[in-house]
Amino acid sequence: MTEVVKTPKIPPEKQILMTINGDEAVAYAAKQSLVDVVAAYPITPQTIIVEKFSEFVANGEVHTEFVPVESEHSAMSACVGAAAAGARAFTATAANGLALMWEILYIAASLRLPIVLAVANRALSAPINIHNDHGDAYGMRDSGWIQIFVENVQEAYDTTIQAFKIAEDERVLLPVAVNLDGFFLSHTLENIRMLPDEEVHKFLGGYRKTYPKVKVDYFDEEVPLILNPARPLSFGPLDLYDYYYEHKMHQIEAMKRVPEVVREVNEKWYELTGRKYGDGILVPYGVEDADVVVTVLGSTGGTVRHIVKKLRSRGYKVGTIRIRLFRPFPHKELAELLKGVKVVGVMDRGISFGSYGPSFLDISTALYDLKERPLLVNYVYGLGGRDAQPEMIEKMFMELLEIAKTGEVKEKLRFLGVRE
Amino acid sequence: MLKEIIFYGRGGQGGVTAANILVSAVLREGLYGQGFPFFGAERRGAPVMAFSRISDKPILRHGMFYDCDVLVVLDPKLVSLGLTKRIEVRDRGVVVVNAPDNMVLEKKAFTLKGSAKFYRVNATKIALKKKLVIAGWPVVNTSMLGAFARATGLVSINSVAEAIKEYFHGPIGETNAEAAVEAYKQTCETEVC
Repeated sequence: MTEVVKTPKIPPEKQILMTINGDEAVAYAAKQSLVDVVAAYPITPQTIIVEKFSEFVANGEVHTEFVPVESEHSAMSACVGAAAAGARAFTATAANGLALMWEILYIAASLRLPIVLAVANRALSAPINIHNDHGDAYGMRDSGWIQIFVENVQEAYDTTIQAFKIAEDERVLLPVAVNLDGFFLSHTLENIRMLPDEEVHKFLGGYRKTYPKVKVDYFDEEVPLILNPARPLSFGPLDLYDYYYEHKMHQIEAMKRVPEVVREVNEKWYELTGRKYGDGILVPYGVEDADVVVTVLGSTGGTVRHIVKKLRSRGYKVGTIRIRLFRPFPHKELAELLKGVKVVGVMDRGISFGSYGPSFLDISTALYDLKERPLLVNYVYGLGGRDAQPEMIEKMFMELLEIAKTGEVKEKLRFLGVRE
Repeated sequence: MLKEIIFYGRGGQGGVTAANILVSAVLREGLYGQGFPFFGAERRGAPVMAFSRISDKPILRHGMFYDCDVLVVLDPKLVSLGLTKRIEVRDRGVVVVNAPDNMVLEKKAFTLKGSAKFYRVNATKIALKKKLVIAGWPVVNTSMLGAFARATGLVSINSVAEAIKEYFHGPIGETNAEAAVEAYKQTCETEVC
């Protein structure tokens, strides 16, 4: 949900009203973020991002070096090289393209490169399907990237800019994936408010500049950790059982510092634009007195909130939490919000075959240490772009309310909207 | 006051463009809008839906819908073939059809959940008169936006004309906007048997 404040530094009338789709919103955000290098390969439903951005390049509206690579593996590789040389790098992909990036995703994260990647979430093959689910994002879950899911086109724009701020923060220095639902957001036109270019530049502090300094024995002084022929450094050379583990610890520690940075950036954005998304991590609605709470990621969050509003007006004690920050996962924050709730329904637009939906696994972990644990049901839904219709979500709430009454979960893993 | 609108036409007829221009038009009146194509593989000439949502509050919902408050039919053949039956029109709904002057509209060609008002306009004639023809097809989408404004009152014809001019730029924008205004004037409520 977009919360609006009355006196932001840039009042709404000074912001630029635009009618654009999610992909275009991401492209405009990247343009305003003074990106130095974009290396990308088109894949539906992300294509418009790259298309639009290459238009900016062709028109001379950006200073960006655009690299039309031959595959997604190369796209991420080029971004790794660019970011290691100190550039602000951006790319976008989806589904099979993201799968092809997989190897380099880990390298980007472990080299601590603040790359921003927009993922227009799409189902993985086979069978071939171009429509939305979160299978692709769940696949990169363990790669060491920060993962944020957005609910609408406005948030796609806002979050893409925020992503650079988060990634480049000295406490973080990790790549960020901004996830927007394919078609439901990527190809849906909405009215949004954009900031003037110079305000975005100011928010980000201009071009990328935060490089950590390192002491290397062959230089007299500390040098910035970037590829620079004048002061040659190696990135990611061989690192066996002597230090590999310690380097992983650095990534683990960096991830721990992410939530505070996400909160800060959300708050700063709020002061600037008047818009914020919960605390930047979780977006709760109607949770305080709720017996039943449903958690959800992405654009379905709005549809769920619409049903919560409807049911609350009829006197049902229901609520919802949209998980905006998926990696690192907000275990503590969720446990805090969900203690005292009778039943939690966890919606996953994807599944770990042979197990549960990935967000369900995390939420189970989050709730394990509570003295009184809520009952949990996992609802897998919307695979391959199957619509999450309001009627279906309402039925799910009714089922959960019944469980709250009886205290009995018959099936822990349920499949919403699938043919029997 | 969330209203859900389906533009029903043929692939290449400009239904998606109409849905998108409508979003830009309502923006001018301080309303919120959402516009998107049918999420699927569609070919030129095949029956195709495009969707719009209009509301005075931010729109929470995402995803497609299969029943609507307003149905705008771009190709009269979809009515005579009975394909319009696939879409449910909600109670107190509005149906706007691009219909030739001699066409008789029948209730049985539609699925109505309650009462509905029917409007007609000969958008094809307007398009031909304005010489709005692309690859042999009369361009009726902009005229149907004018008809939409008249039939529903959800958006003013001025905002529609402005949005069209912004979308197309230059003389082609002017001509399309004129077509919309012309259609706005000619649209009338009609009896269905």
